[in-house]
Amino acid sequence: MGYSILSIAYLLASVTFIVGLKMLSNPAAARKGNWVAALGMGIAIFATIFLYKEDGKPLSNYGWIFGGLLIGTVVGTLAAKKVKMTAMPQMVSLFNGMGGACAALISVIEFEHVMQFDANLAKLLIILPGLIIGSVSFSGSMIAWGKLDGRIKDFAFRGQHIFNLVLLFAILAASVYLYMNLGNDSMLLFMMILLLSLSYGVFFVMPIGGADMPVVISLLNSFTGVAAACGGFLYDNKAMLTGGILVGAAGTLLTILMCKAMNRSLTNVLIGSFGGNSVVGGGQQVQGGVSKEISLSDAAVVMSYANKVMIVPGYGLAVAQAQHACHDLEKLLTEKGVEVKYAIHPVAGRMPGHMNVLLAEADVSYERLIEMEQANEEFPSTDVVLILGANDVVNPAAKSDPASPIYGMPVLDVELAKTIIVNKRSMKPGYAGIENELFYRPKTSMLFGDAKKVLQDLITEIKTL
Amino acid sequence: MERIFDWFLLHQEMIYIVLLMIFVGIEVIGRVPSVLHTPLMSGANAIHGVVIIGAIIVMGNASSDNYLALALGFIAVIVGTLNVVGGFVVTDRMLEMFKKKK
Repeated sequence: MGYSILSIAYLLASVTFIVGLKMLSNPAAARKGNWVAALGMGIAIFATIFLYKEDGKPLSNYGWIFGGLLIGTVVGTLAAKKVKMTAMPQMVSLFNGMGGACAALISVIEFEHVMQFDANLAKLLIILPGLIIGSVSFSGSMIAWGKLDGRIKDFAFRGQHIFNLVLLFAILAASVYLYMNLGNDSMLLFMMILLLSLSYGVFFVMPIGGADMPVVISLLNSFTGVAAACGGFLYDNKAMLTGGILVGAAGTLLTILMCKAMNRSLTNVLIGSFGGNSVVGGGQQVQGGVSKEISLSDAAVVMSYANKVMIVPGYGLAVAQAQHACHDLEKLLTEKGVEVKYAIHPVAGRMPGHMNVLLAEADVSYERLIEMEQANEEFPSTDVVLILGANDVVNPAAKSDPASPIYGMPVLDVELAKTIIVNKRSMKPGYAGIENELFYRPKTSMLFGDAKKVLQDLITEIKTL
Repeated sequence: MERIFDWFLLHQEMIYIVLLMIFVGIEVIGRVPSVLHTPLMSGANAIHGVVIIGAIIVMGNASSDNYLALALGFIAVIVGTLNVVGGFVVTDRMLEMFKKKK
């Protein structure tokens, strides 16, 4: 009886995962979809706690289980509620790493079990991939988190790809050896595989440039899915299996879709070492570049007498928390009869859709956000483009300079507009670490300063006009 | 070699699920607009938190004198819950932003 209810609960959970994911990919139903999946998860968790039986014995250690659930819930909710909108990508990476760690820990405990009681090789065949994928996902996610949070710098050395391949090969060889020669002294080798896998995750993500982190997180996300599915095999658990594989497959496709949005191939992202190589090869020196500055009052005049202003938000806007100030400026200009729109590059910010989320937080109306293709059609009829802390997504080198690391990425053709005002904190290059020739063009003028402060000052200036 | 075939036979049903789920996963998010990439990734991230079930089973099966298994299992339950709860809450916060206007 209990067992069949448990099976039904798992079936229900599996269905909610599929339906939830489906709804998540539709803007109107997305929020509900998230809760549908969460509900299924809750059912699966509580059914497991109360109905799961191993060899006719129910689970014990309830205190520990509920204690862990409680701590995880409180910390998880607080962290997720407290995190700033700008730090969302790191947060996803962090949570993803937790899932990977969970899968790896399960493998460690199960291995100890195998060593103590039964040399069950069929189990070992699942424990090992769970351990390897889980730990790679964990350490990789931690590095991705550190990078997005600005704690860890890109790091690559000559021949790192070869080194990584050797490392991967060593992990596989050690696993095969362990499988073939399971004995009393296997624990040491198992721990070595764990350590090697953890370091592989580090070396795998380290050389990949910060701008590509979203793709990497999505990839690690699907890794964790596969690691969770390993648990499904281990416990003959259909909910873990469907959930894990579903995320593994959908995550892989999502990774590819993200790459497409940036017009890059996955191999290019993984092997290309964005940040690492560009220092040596790409990014030609801008010849005789002199940028000119514009004063706040001039900028205010130019904008309030324009017919059409296009705002291009970037990560600088997010960092400065300037989305509300930006919305105020938009309202003010609209009152003055200026048509204001936002041109959203698909990968502006640190993640696809990051800017949409951020501007939506500030109540910017959805119709004002236009996507790249449409924006590029509208730039020729635009009087002023105001670039707020965006850099690589408006870099013309992506179209003209084959040596540039971002060559081929679709960019916003802001130079088609009549005037371009760029707000940046300094002339430092953007996230990809490449110079932007746009800043030296005759049409472009610079408005230095923190995005939020500059916008507030602009608003005051326009009001006094 | 024979072991692998045995394993295959034993898990036949599971392997079918794996294959079907791969197609379902790809089909389900096939036409997602790029605006939703981030929330979708975050939602999928929460769903793979289903690994928590494994942690619960491990924890519940650990004998009360096996302190290593108890400690590791406890940590596994905590991090698994973090993945699930944090994942769903973060996703909801992102999507809340979209919903306000419409």
